Amino acid sequence: MRALLLAVLVMLVLACVSLLVGVTHMPVWAMLSGYDDGHAARILAISRIPRTLALVLAGASMAIAGLIMQMMIRNRFAEPTTSGTVEAASLGLLVVTIMAPELPVMGKMLAAAAFALAGTLLFVQLLRLVPLRDPLMVPLLGIMLGGVIHAVATFIAYRFDLLQSLLAWTMGDFSGVLRGRYELLWVGGLLAAVAWIAADRFTVAGLGRDFTTNLGLNYKRVLALGLVIVSMVTSAVIVTVGMIPFLGLIVPNVVSLTVGDNMRRAVPWVAVLGAIFVLSCDILGRIIRAPYEIPLGTVVGVVGSAMFLWLVLRKRSHAA
Amino acid sequence: MIHANEVTKRYGDAVVVDCLSVTIPKGGITSIIGPNGAGKSTLLSMLARLLKMDGGSVTVGGLDVTATASDVIARRLAILRQDNHLSARLTVRDLVTFGRFPYSRGRPTLEDKAHVERALAYLDLGALADRYLDELSGGQRQRAFVAMVLCQDTDYVLLDEPLNNLDMKHAQSMMKTLRRATRDFGKTVVLVLHDINFASWYSDFVVAMKGGRLAAAGTVDEVIREDMLREIYGMDIHVHEVAGRRIALYYE
Ligand SMILES: Nc1ncnc2c1ncn2[C@@H]1O[C@H](COP(=O)(O)OP(=O)(O)OP(=O)(O)O)[C@@H](O)[C@H]1O
Ligand SMILES: [Mg+2]
Repeated sequence: MRALLLAVLVMLVLACVSLLVGVTHMPVWAMLSGYDDGHAARILAISRIPRTLALVLAGASMAIAGLIMQMMIRNRFAEPTTSGTVEAASLGLLVVTIMAPELPVMGKMLAAAAFALAGTLLFVQLLRLVPLRDPLMVPLLGIMLGGVIHAVATFIAYRFDLLQSLLAWTMGDFSGVLRGRYELLWVGGLLAAVAWIAADRFTVAGLGRDFTTNLGLNYKRVLALGLVIVSMVTSAVIVTVGMIPFLGLIVPNVVSLTVGDNMRRAVPWVAVLGAIFVLSCDILGRIIRAPYEIPLGTVVGVVGSAMFLWLVLRKRSHAA
Repeated sequence: MIHANEVTKRYGDAVVVDCLSVTIPKGGITSIIGPNGAGKSTLLSMLARLLKMDGGSVTVGGLDVTATASDVIARRLAILRQDNHLSARLTVRDLVTFGRFPYSRGRPTLEDKAHVERALAYLDLGALADRYLDELSGGQRQRAFVAMVLCQDTDYVLLDEPLNNLDMKHAQSMMKTLRRATRDFGKTVVLVLHDINFASWYSDFVVAMKGGRLAAAGTVDEVIREDMLREIYGMDIHVHEVAGRRIALYYE
């Protein structure tokens, strides 16, 4: 409990740092002592606070989506980018952008979520048809499915001159976050709270169909709730800031190693560490080449793939 | 009382459990024996609504298992299957606490916690309670699973090969625990066992299966007999009377 409070504290400190770094200098003292003409306060309200909130919300909810995915698929390497979910969501977003461009962003998100759910269910169905011995085959199958969906999306996007948008959805970038453009991420925050309320059900489902039935729960219903949350979170993030790769993989795995998988205990940890991870990567991306900015997706991609490799190698040596 | 009425299971053309009817009496230990592939696990799964039947019906204590709400059944009957693989990292105590889920829905009360501690103690898991399941030996893990199922505190407990991986001491102690549950709390315990001597020593009732059908059902004296066992297993088994119990010798 004390360790968790400490983690929350670290998150808050990082959030403050994130408010202060940026192209425009933040004259904190001037603002506090009232010598500022209001310019800095405006930047804070319009751009900095939304950006920091977006980072925290997206980081926490994507990490939780990964955790839920791992419990539902019962595989350590499952997460929205290794199960076709992300690719299906961006295909959905592409289709709705072409067919109903005037739809409000909430409607677009729901359409993307529907596609994401369909893609994930397809993945679950594939797993049922092809029972895989090696746990590492599961994410490979998901990545393959994602590749196929992405190819279809790329083809359509090329035809409709939307490649630029498609790229933006798959590559997380927070530099464009402004007030009025990130609020959808609160949906993700809300769903993370739902995940915490339903945590015990998800843990039970993580024990498998037979354990779940034995304990009197409807396995299919829990699975559906989990996958709906994952799909909605994924599409909310894609619509607003773009995909953050590896997040849903690394954070839950690190938490699993330290506090285990009982979701009642793991969810707060995953949420806080997810936010910390994204905040740190974002700050890094902003200071490395200041005044230029490296997109978050790139930073996370580099840091994340190194950590992913470490996890895979670690698993391998443990399995052997 | 568990009543199976013309229960059938097919996989494609293969009939795995063939129109089987049997009544398992209330209270006491019932063992299901039979060769590999006889359909024991399949039958047990259908009794506990884990597997869909292709025909027939099952009632447990008067409740039709497929028609009754699953959470009602979960407070009446608990099952542990033969092979259990967990990918989730849980501690032994966490796992056993989930046995209380049908009652507390994840918010264990003090009473639930007392049940958990008792189940841990029954299966000699006190020292292992805070260890993760993936850091235990096969037999220790098996005991944790059984503790979870006992913690569910149901009138009917179904266990598929619960003695798997257990050493002699823990096998004996588990059987004694189960017998005590039947004697002191009136539980009905149904076990799939391969060691017919454990079946013979502890059972009140024995059900024998072969090729998806019922081969025999009755008391130990009625089933553990040389002619019956030859029929069921297709080999010569000598049955001796030791300390007033029937012991089978089949090592050579
Ligand atoms: N999913 C399945 N698909 C096809 N056949 C199956 C399936 N599950 C079981 N079987 C077959 O059904 C038969 C009965 O299996 P079951 O597991 O009930 O046997 P068992 O009596 O428990 O054997 P054991 O003592 O080895 O545990 C076997 O021949 C098995 O091959
Ligand atoms: Mg079996």
